[in-house]
Amino acid sequence: MSDSIDIINAFALMTNFVILPALSYGSQLALGALAVTLVYSILRFSNFAQGDSMAFGTMIVILLTGFMIGKGWTITGIPTALLVIPIAVIGTSIYMLTMDRLVYRHYRRIKVKQNIVGITASIGVMFITGGIVRFILGASPQRFEDGERFIFSVREFKAFTGLEQGIALKTSQFLTITIAILLVAFLFYFLQKTKTGKAMRAYSDNTELALLSGIDPDKVVQITWLLVAALTTIAGALYGLDKGFAPQQYHLLLLPIFASVIVGGIGSPLGAIAGAFLVSFSEVLLTYAYKKFLIYLLPLSMHPNSLVQLIGTEYKYAISFVILVTVLLIRPTGLLKGKVIVGD
Amino acid sequence: MINFNNIWESYKTIISFTIMGLVLLFVGLNQSWALVLGIVNLSLISAIMALGVNIQWGYAGLFNVGIMGFAALGGVSVVLIAQQPVTEAIDAGGLKMLFALVLGAITIVTGVVLNKKGFNKWLIASIVVIGYLFTRHYFSEASDVIEKVDPAITGYLGGFGFPIAFSWIVGGLAAAGAAWWIGKITLSLRADYLAIATLGIAEIILYVIKNEDWFVRGVKNVAGLPRPVPYEVDMQKSEWLLNIVAWIHRSDLELLTQSDQVAQLSEYVRGASVVFVKLCYSGLFVLILVALIVLSNLALNSPWGRKVRAIRDNEVAASAMGKNITRQHLQIFVIGSAIVGIAGALLVTYNGIFIPTSYMPLRFTFLIWVMVILGGSGNNLGSVLGAFIIWFIWIQSGPMGLWAVEMIGSFTQEGNTITEFLEDRVHYLRLVFMGSILLFIMRFAPRGILPEKNKEL
Repeated sequence: MSDSIDIINAFALMTNFVILPALSYGSQLALGALAVTLVYSILRFSNFAQGDSMAFGTMIVILLTGFMIGKGWTITGIPTALLVIPIAVIGTSIYMLTMDRLVYRHYRRIKVKQNIVGITASIGVMFITGGIVRFILGASPQRFEDGERFIFSVREFKAFTGLEQGIALKTSQFLTITIAILLVAFLFYFLQKTKTGKAMRAYSDNTELALLSGIDPDKVVQITWLLVAALTTIAGALYGLDKGFAPQQYHLLLLPIFASVIVGGIGSPLGAIAGAFLVSFSEVLLTYAYKKFLIYLLPLSMHPNSLVQLIGTEYKYAISFVILVTVLLIRPTGLLKGKVIVGD
Repeated sequence: MINFNNIWESYKTIISFTIMGLVLLFVGLNQSWALVLGIVNLSLISAIMALGVNIQWGYAGLFNVGIMGFAALGGVSVVLIAQQPVTEAIDAGGLKMLFALVLGAITIVTGVVLNKKGFNKWLIASIVVIGYLFTRHYFSEASDVIEKVDPAITGYLGGFGFPIAFSWIVGGLAAAGAAWWIGKITLSLRADYLAIATLGIAEIILYVIKNEDWFVRGVKNVAGLPRPVPYEVDMQKSEWLLNIVAWIHRSDLELLTQSDQVAQLSEYVRGASVVFVKLCYSGLFVLILVALIVLSNLALNSPWGRKVRAIRDNEVAASAMGKNITRQHLQIFVIGSAIVGIAGALLVTYNGIFIPTSYMPLRFTFLIWVMVILGGSGNNLGSVLGAFIIWFIWIQSGPMGLWAVEMIGSFTQEGNTITEFLEDRVHYLRLVFMGSILLFIMRFAPRGILPEKNKEL
């Protein structure tokens, strides 16, 4: 077997087990991180309820998917979950607006130190949301994807190219990456070009000045929650399609999401996306077992005996944490300079 | 006309503690004393934990979302200090493990020192990576060997076999060390970085405990920890307990025949021994709690306490007066976490078994927060009251929920799916319930039941 084929095989292996999973995981994180960034820039607190809100959105998706499949209202080839996402977004929006009305609005009105009160309140909301999700769906993991699992499978790819290693493109991965690109493009267009988006940015930059210019703060906050609900639900649904749904898993997603936000520079949307991919690639690259990959690339005498895995998969959340701590130590403003470092 | 408001204002501490005591008394008379003492003991431990959090939150406004992690560190130190060493495992892989850990430590220290000296970043990075790979190699070899030693019973290194009381101090020190490290990194930055970092470190501590079997047996639990108080079995043989029990129940016993008397008496003694052991624990916990409250109240009223409160109330002004805010925050964060660590060690001591899977953020982080905020942040007695109230509600809300479900179930037919569903899931509503309590207090009584007294400076 020639060397160049080995290199292509190794590359195919990397694409299948590292690049594609990391890209889709990164897209899911990016959507979640954008939601946190939006809440942070407009409402001025770190939303600890993000992970559980994603579980809430996914819960609605799962319930509706079950209903649709029960009725037989499905389209061949497309996951039913995708069809019900718009309705789920509306449901999550209603939930978030209700929570804003019941919990957060009061603290905006009395103008307290919003960050620390916001964190405390959002932790309360986090437990309530988590409780509701577990009450309705239970705590055990479940899967809800249907339709075609693969755009093309490993077998098809091998038959097509004649390589020893195949690349499979899962429907969920394809959907995740496509939808994430579309959604992010829409979000940036909305924030940069539309009147409402400009109002939001003005409000985020300088609240008093924005209020003086006649921007309606309630409207800005409502639009923010609608955007956050859309990002949250879609991120949750895509993560669930990819890796399955488990409330505890979603709760822990908080850690990589916050790591992404802080690595990118808190309050910066572009930074959040960059941070999300940094976190996802580090997680996948560090927990991947390189044995097979090295066998392709190294001469026979140097073939490894062990798995050549840098960190066990059980510590994948520790990776986000280490990234977080490293960034805080070296460059607390994040990669792309975030807004505030010290103070509330 | 009596003004109830005035009475409440002047005697609220006494009134609220009396009411709590009466409620516990009521449960004791109606259900059982062992149950009440169980609630009291766990409330006392929670109160110590809440005291630690109150020092951080109430004295300095520091937001610790990783209480669970610090409590778990306390629990680990009980195993490491009080458990007997497993000589076989130490012979097999102890030295190698020590070597791996020392190698890891040297790697980290070398990296930090070289970084301070301003060496090339890539050189440092490669040294650290190579050091890590070697450490990992020896580490995994050592842990494999240790975990193979009789895995059903041991499979870990065991502890030092020191007296268990020593482990409470070590638990506090371990939590303080972790807090110092986290605080050093995050306290000079924004407030939410501390929250996120503590949340993260708590999860990671738990991951390490659950996955590293050679350390404290992972999810296989460590049972049979030594006790600081006598065992029930020994108590049942003791002469004086028998006499006391016989004296208390003399009127009941007189009515019975000779053989029934003996059987009934041993029944009573069995119950009494359980109560006695729990009372011993209660005494111990009360002693520690009172000592901690006295110490922290003394500290709060000292010049140090005035400085702390001045910083909390106006950081800018305190900073202008030349107070080092970051150092002060670090100090308080470390002290508070140490107290949480002590409480964590006491909890494992009380349970007599170390169960890593029992550490849930809801039980250890969130519940403690609700206790502090309900009781009144900044007031130590408030935290104690909050601990008693919330723990009581927590314990009673489980059976109450099931009872409510049964009430609903009694109206429907047997085997109704909705009733079964509710019975299965009703305990998750406790999350919703506790979250609502927190949000309600924050909104409508942000200063809690026993607010901090505003002292004239």
